[in-house]
Amino acid sequence: MTLSDIYHETSSALRANKVRSGLTMLGIVIGISSVIALIAIGNGAQSSIQSSIQSIGSNLIIVMPGATRTPGSIVSAGRGTAQSLTNEDATAIASQVSGVVAADPEVSSNKQVTFQGTNTRTTILGTGDQYPTVRNLQIADGSYFTQNQITSLARVAVIGPTVVTDLMATGTEPVGQEIVIGGDTFTVIGVTVAKGGSGFTNQDDQIFIPLTTAQQLFTGNKYLSTISVEADNTNDMAAVQADITTLLLGRHSISNPTNADFSTINQADIAATASGITQTFTILLAAVAGISLLVGGIGIMNMMLTTVTERTREIGLRKAIGAKKSDISTQFLVEAVSLTFIGGGIGVALGILASYLVTTFGGITTSVTSSSVILAFCVSAGIGIIFGYYPARRAASLNPIEALRYE
Amino acid sequence: MIEIKNITKVYGSAGAEKVRAVDGISFTIKDGEFVAIMGPSGSGKSTLMHILGALDTPTSGTYHLDGKDVSSLTDEELAEIRRNHIGFVFQSFNLLPRTTVLRNVSLPLMYAGVKVEEREARAKAALVSAGFNESHFLHLSNQLSGGQIQRVAIARALVNNPSLILADEPTGNLDTRTGEIVLGTFQKLNRENGSTIILITHEPDVAMHANRIIHIRDGKIVEDKINPNPTKARTDTVDKI
Repeated sequence: MTLSDIYHETSSALRANKVRSGLTMLGIVIGISSVIALIAIGNGAQSSIQSSIQSIGSNLIIVMPGATRTPGSIVSAGRGTAQSLTNEDATAIASQVSGVVAADPEVSSNKQVTFQGTNTRTTILGTGDQYPTVRNLQIADGSYFTQNQITSLARVAVIGPTVVTDLMATGTEPVGQEIVIGGDTFTVIGVTVAKGGSGFTNQDDQIFIPLTTAQQLFTGNKYLSTISVEADNTNDMAAVQADITTLLLGRHSISNPTNADFSTINQADIAATASGITQTFTILLAAVAGISLLVGGIGIMNMMLTTVTERTREIGLRKAIGAKKSDISTQFLVEAVSLTFIGGGIGVALGILASYLVTTFGGITTSVTSSSVILAFCVSAGIGIIFGYYPARRAASLNPIEALRYE
Repeated sequence: MIEIKNITKVYGSAGAEKVRAVDGISFTIKDGEFVAIMGPSGSGKSTLMHILGALDTPTSGTYHLDGKDVSSLTDEELAEIRRNHIGFVFQSFNLLPRTTVLRNVSLPLMYAGVKVEEREARAKAALVSAGFNESHFLHLSNQLSGGQIQRVAIARALVNNPSLILADEPTGNLDTRTGEIVLGTFQKLNRENGSTIILITHEPDVAMHANRIIHIRDGKIVEDKINPNPTKARTDTVDKI
């Protein structure tokens, strides 16, 4: 049998029962399209989470103070509350740890902010001049403060877009305005580009002021709430993280690492955790879709078994005129595989359409990957082979005499 | 050349009562003979036909087709014999439904691996030999009359130049007149092409069209005689299907 013979036999057999072939195919269409669409939604969620993690900086290591412990007490006030990190620690990290691009000291506090009668309460972040580099912050309007302004304890502020909308009337040019933060007047010198929320914090609802100013006016001490460190490249992050830990342990004269008064978080770890979560989510979705594929496959097997029974006489005739077992089994197997393959093709198209519609009308990012399309095709062909094999074997092993007598 | 010696076919497993459907039959059929195997139902003629048609193997005895021992072949080897040496005409369900006449006739060639271009020419030649009207070559099998179907079946049986054409009650579903036409086609093929034909039937009238009649009853040959005056099918109707 040539390929064109097989094609001819298959298409005429499938056309003979259009409605039945169509309905059987529908099972595969639904299965494949839901696999494609759900994987696309899962991938979309994953990439949007990844990009929001990337938006807080690249190759970022965050150093935070440890927990406060009152001497003699076992009560911990929680991580980040200790006053253990200083400006000098930040400077030391930047200058002494190899593979560090920049280390930016930060201190954060919450203050009431007012502007011409309107007010809001937001996070006031005192930072060094490296902050925009380290944290991937872009300035939409004006500029970030310089090292000189930090040294001179300048009362200047860079504000987030959310703060602008909260405080100022539409159309007001924020740069050059005077705002009052916790009782002290600051001049707005810049507005950041909107980043969107990441998890529980809104990165756009923040005000950035020079670190020294914040320490003088708001915290009244030299301690930091965070040091953000940018590493040279992703591969060295673990090494850089370890070096920072060693350096700070030395600087704080702590010999036992378990007693460290600070902790470090590696951005890669955060990304890994987040992608682990979305991966689980994607697998869950794909598993649900996979079950519908399985049901579709059973539908194929059911139809093929019915077909074999119905066409017993035809099989007998074909055998009588010389068809080999392999001719018969090929014919029925190709029928099953064509059903799943055509169904798979339609399913892929529908799945892509469905993810497009979800993005357009549901506002959820989706991403159809070529690997999921290839996977879907392989799975549908595989289902055809697996669920078509048994009926095809049954057809091929029919005794020609019995088959010819079959009524 | 068909040579069977002492063929038996026993049904039923050990212990249970055994049925000897074919019980020690021997005969020789030379190339170019037109033989009718006749017997009532239950006489074992169907079982004999299955063995002759390489659809089944005998329990004992030997069967030589063109010098080749067919009695102990495997399923796949039997399929090869059917493909290249035997042409079948059945009583009913001879053609694939919803398939053109030409494609039905080409089917054995497809299984024999003949090239597509060659198939069509050979199928057309076979249809012409079987007296099938050329204008109907592309009709679908379900658009044909009973007589036309049998002629297409005969053409299909011819198409691979078999050593033997085996017809199992080919007129069983036809009215007398159409049956006559089909029998006339066999006579014509036997006479003009020298085809070897074995006709299985339970009707004496049908058997009378052959040149030799083998009578079977209870799995044994009761009579094997030359038919000196075969009934001549009315040839005036032969070409009018």
